[in-house]
Amino acid sequence: MTTAAAEVQRASVVEESIAAKIGRLVAKAPVHLFLIAIGLLWLVPTLGLFFTSLLPAADFGQLGWWKVISKPSISTWENYQEIFRNSSITDSLVTTLEIAIGGTVLPILVAALAGYAFAWLDFPGRDWIFVLVIGLLVVPLQMALIPIFSLYNHVGIYDTVFSLILFHTAFGLPFAIFLLRNFFIGIPKDILESARIDGASEFRIFVRLILPLGLPAIASLAIFQFLWTWNDLIVALTFGRTTQPITVAIFSQLTEFGSNIDIIAPAAFISLAIPLVVFFAFQRYFVQGLLAGSVK
Amino acid sequence: MSGGSVTAEPPVRAAPPIARGGRLRKHAVTLVFLAPAVFFLAVWILYPLVDTVRRSFLYRDTNRWVGLHNYREIFTLEPIVTAIKNNAIWIGVVPALVTAIGLVFAVLTERIRWSVAFKTVVFMPMAISLFAAGVIWRVMDQEDPHVGALNAGIGAIHDAFRPSGALPDAESSTSRLTGSPKRGFVLQTPLRPGDVARLGLTGISPDSVPSGAVQAADPEPSGDGITGVVWRDFKPGGGKTGQVEQGELGLPGVTVELRDAAGKKLESTKTTDNGTFAFDDVEAGGHRVAIGPKTFAKPFGGVTWLGPKLITPALIIAYTWVWAGFAMVVIAAGLAAIPRDVLEAARTDGGTEWQVFRRVTVPLLGPVLSVVFITMLINVLKVFDIVLSVAPGSSQDDANVIALAMWRTSFGGVNDYGLGAAIAVFLFLLVIPVLAINVRRFRREV
Repeated sequence: MTTAAAEVQRASVVEESIAAKIGRLVAKAPVHLFLIAIGLLWLVPTLGLFFTSLLPAADFGQLGWWKVISKPSISTWENYQEIFRNSSITDSLVTTLEIAIGGTVLPILVAALAGYAFAWLDFPGRDWIFVLVIGLLVVPLQMALIPIFSLYNHVGIYDTVFSLILFHTAFGLPFAIFLLRNFFIGIPKDILESARIDGASEFRIFVRLILPLGLPAIASLAIFQFLWTWNDLIVALTFGRTTQPITVAIFSQLTEFGSNIDIIAPAAFISLAIPLVVFFAFQRYFVQGLLAGSVK
Repeated sequence: MSGGSVTAEPPVRAAPPIARGGRLRKHAVTLVFLAPAVFFLAVWILYPLVDTVRRSFLYRDTNRWVGLHNYREIFTLEPIVTAIKNNAIWIGVVPALVTAIGLVFAVLTERIRWSVAFKTVVFMPMAISLFAAGVIWRVMDQEDPHVGALNAGIGAIHDAFRPSGALPDAESSTSRLTGSPKRGFVLQTPLRPGDVARLGLTGISPDSVPSGAVQAADPEPSGDGITGVVWRDFKPGGGKTGQVEQGELGLPGVTVELRDAAGKKLESTKTTDNGTFAFDDVEAGGHRVAIGPKTFAKPFGGVTWLGPKLITPALIIAYTWVWAGFAMVVIAAGLAAIPRDVLEAARTDGGTEWQVFRRVTVPLLGPVLSVVFITMLINVLKVFDIVLSVAPGSSQDDANVIALAMWRTSFGGVNDYGLGAAIAVFLFLLVIPVLAINVRRFRREV
């Protein structure tokens, strides 16, 4: 074959593939358009809340939030400035952060210990107890509200950040133990065996081997636990009166929805902006944890 | 994560025989690892579980035994019955809807280059609290189409098919012009060629007079046609009804119909800026002139999403918006795990895309779809936060669900612990079948 002929053939191949590509694109155009429309549909509500939070207080109820796009000059950051001057909102953000951090660290610590025991320590009835833990996964927390409410009142820790963290820890445990045990068990046995033969104590193995190797699972879990506790309403609503995380603070404003949208919209947007940042920063771990938890 | 079988061997075989002291020590170590978890699970889940069951047989917060009284209340007290009915709707609609949407999205994005962007957008609401998602939808669902985006969207479609009329609120000014906005207003005077029709309207505020309107003109009779005017039969101070006077505006753009004596529409025309209209070459005989109903078509007023009737559908829309991403991501992962050659083989055998999807993809996805469905079933039984943020106080009774009824009964002012506990137990009983499925699936794996 001469080079010229090869050239021609190559060119025709290229041409064909371009034509085929265009053909495929045209054939798929409806799918693309549909997905773009759906994507917008999913994006609009959140943007809507954001634009609402930029509307001057007096304009809510008269103007749609989309006016902020068509007439950007009406938008204002004043609602946000006002929010950050409002101590009940800023206090509640601090409270939320305290609950979320405590409610993330403590259950992971407890679950990692238990997860290691269920994965690598031998004790009688181990598998049965683990099945029981899995059973606890679906227990609605409504089953605990009344007894714990009286217990907290009795012990005198009702309405404290600490008591909320304890509750979140307990109800985060079944999933956390389940996830970590399943991850730890996938760590090669040889590594642990050789460490044991070298005389390392179980605690040493746990701290030096299991925790570092289990980091991906711990990361997924941390994100889940953080989002759950940050996003909680029912637990804080039940066990807190003055201990108000942001969800409860917004909830107490909701009865006057409309007249105080200048507080509700920016506060709600801040309350969801932080989970969104966490989500975008650690999306990979989030999805991994989700799949590990559900596809199993 | 499939190493479960390795460690499930009985401990005796796995570990070499150890001296008695060593074994004790070993158990002590195990205990230290397990104790914190056991403490939390026992105090915050197991003890309450038993205590809630106990309380469900007691009267309010006393120790008085009332047997099944509280359970009977669940099925007789109005708000709780509504909650159960609503939850039944949730159970019937949401798991299937979310799974189906997730499946469609997962399949459509499978071979799209920008699928990651799409998936991120649809999955994003998962990170947001259901409570905040509810606030988002409360804003979306506002009734006034000028404020609520959902109704604005519906209004745009509505107006494309049924545009609103020039004078939605107008009424006739004289008793001779009768009818209703739905059927149009008819002048009850037979008209022959050469006659003049004066169709006066009132009830039009100055700022809803159609733009371009000028002083109304009293029409000249024409030989073989019917002429007329539609005007705002009102001026400051009142004026005389039925007479076109100085200071009264013509109403342009109004649809006027010429009807025969039997009321059948023959012709229609639109009024000019001074309100006049003309039908030329009208046949002899009595005719009627009417203002068509299109003129009075009301603009789209907005769907009352947050009212008692539509609150549950509104909630379900919001909830589906949150959870569709979860279903999509899990199903997409299942889809990715299907061996390519199985699908290719089906295609080579001449299967259409739909057949391959229906006969091969969906059956292979079966386990994943059921996981999504079951997860959603549990979620839907526990739905709570979103109801509190979407539903205004006035519709919360109509939006009630079991978890909310439990909370309101126990902590919402009524403080009936006995009944609250019974509702909690009822909720628990509903999830037990799911619990059994979970445990069975796990036992099979170990």
